[in-house]
Amino acid sequence: MNATAHAAAPARSAAPALAFERVTCAFAGKNAGERYTAVADTSLVVGDGEFVSVVGPTGCGKSTLLNVAAGLLAPSAGRTLVAGEPLSGINARAGYMFQADALMPWRSALGNVSAGLQFRGVARDVAAARAREWLARVGLTGFENGYPHQLSGGMRKRVALAQMLILDPEILLMDEPFSALDIQTRQLMENELLDLWSSNRKSVLFITHDLEEAIALSDRVIVLSAGPATHPIGEFAIDLPRPRDVAEIRLSPRFVELHEAIWHVLKSEVLKGYAQGKRSAQ
Amino acid sequence: MSDGAPGSPSLAAARKGVTREKTSHAPAGRWTLALWHVAILAVVFGVWYALTTPGIVDAAYANRIAFFFGRPLEVIKVVIAWFVSGKIYPHLAITLWETLLAFAIGSVLGLVIGLWLALSPTASAIAEPYITALNAMPRVILAPIFAVWFGLGVLSKVALGVTLVFFIVFFNVYQGVKEVSPVVLANARMLGASRQQLLRSIYLPSATSWVFSSLHTSVGMAFVGAVVGEYLGSAKGVGYLILQAEGVFDINTVIAGIVVLTIFALLLDFAVTKIEARLLVWRPRTAQTESL
Repeated sequence: MNATAHAAAPARSAAPALAFERVTCAFAGKNAGERYTAVADTSLVVGDGEFVSVVGPTGCGKSTLLNVAAGLLAPSAGRTLVAGEPLSGINARAGYMFQADALMPWRSALGNVSAGLQFRGVARDVAAARAREWLARVGLTGFENGYPHQLSGGMRKRVALAQMLILDPEILLMDEPFSALDIQTRQLMENELLDLWSSNRKSVLFITHDLEEAIALSDRVIVLSAGPATHPIGEFAIDLPRPRDVAEIRLSPRFVELHEAIWHVLKSEVLKGYAQGKRSAQ
Repeated sequence: MSDGAPGSPSLAAARKGVTREKTSHAPAGRWTLALWHVAILAVVFGVWYALTTPGIVDAAYANRIAFFFGRPLEVIKVVIAWFVSGKIYPHLAITLWETLLAFAIGSVLGLVIGLWLALSPTASAIAEPYITALNAMPRVILAPIFAVWFGLGVLSKVALGVTLVFFIVFFNVYQGVKEVSPVVLANARMLGASRQQLLRSIYLPSATSWVFSSLHTSVGMAFVGAVVGEYLGSAKGVGYLILQAEGVFDINTVIAGIVVLTIFALLLDFAVTKIEARLLVWRPRTAQTESL
């Protein structure tokens, strides 16, 4: 169903790759008539080839926003524009990297990476050959026949990355993809992501709760308020030079400056979110 | 897991669970264990032999006990005679054939209907009371009806086995589809899977993994269906042999039949374990290390 959208050469138009227009997401509460507004009146733009990170306190509805962009969730109000066109159904121009493990446990690494091509009707051997290439590109040569449970957490993330990138999506949606990894593996993966990204500038919407990760990777960082009724409360252009090394860039004075400025805005929201979490736990 | 059906060989699994929890209590070594197994069998046979042999026990008692329990040496003689003369093979073949047919048909029906009901909330809501009622019904009681419908041949036994296997597979498939990880599902949708592709590459593998995990129980149930069907009326099969012997109070042959069935069931279970290990390679095993 998405074959045509992907086959057509992406028209690099003036329209932003992804735009939320006054998006509101409300869910039915536990009791009848009760409503929980996760995201309220949010407008947000990801430019063509831009790397945008969204940071916010935990549980503030960041994933909801990403699900809307993916077309997995229809907003209660407002609309999503993909390359200028209103989105309905699954966003065929986007690849999604989930926070949780999303690999098919009954398929090997090769089977998982080639899955998207197979869904698009690419011949099995062609799909397998390209999947092999991608596994090599994310450094997993020799692990083609490993099943997800036999791979480490970092390797599973690499498989997921290859699984998404093999389809060459124009937009990458990433939901705290590296949050479950240890710090060293995480920095390696971040550098790899930047390498892959810089080779053919995709538009990226990257969700994280880690401010340092956001600054190190992005062109722009957007700060969300604590939930409920989350909305953007700050926006910061990251004018650090590229190419970057995520481990080294953290030491540069400009990085520290930006971190301080953004943290100033984020801190009060984190405290608010923490207080709410405490209250609801009681 | 939802298979609370009788006959599921969960003892070994349960024991593994226990030993994992308290590692300080190392289980007995392999040979010690085998020794215990053989010793228990020998004691049972010894007591059985002693109680049924005039001279060891008072002859009047021994004969009376032998009338009810048979004599171990006679039982072994019957079993050996069966295999030496080859008389048992056609009966075993029929029972095995009935078991396999019942298992295959019951599994396919359970898989198809389970998938359908799990993916269609309306159909499942309509069918729910009937499924519950049919499952609650003691289905062995259908055997006379099947005998009337399908005669005394293979079909009536297969039909009984199918009714037993179907529900095990059905409930496992239903559960399997309901428990598909929403993230895996969303990921496949983002990768561009159509509804049909989701069925083939997500729901079906997930459901079959549940079917395989209930393989022991469903093969066991197919076997029960075959033997009970034969016992209630047939012209061939191990159940038929037992029925015939019972008719003339030949308790030794009855017990010989039970022994053969038990050994056969063990072999079947062993085969299932082998097949399971092959088909579920992708399943994480709890312990991956091997002692050197």
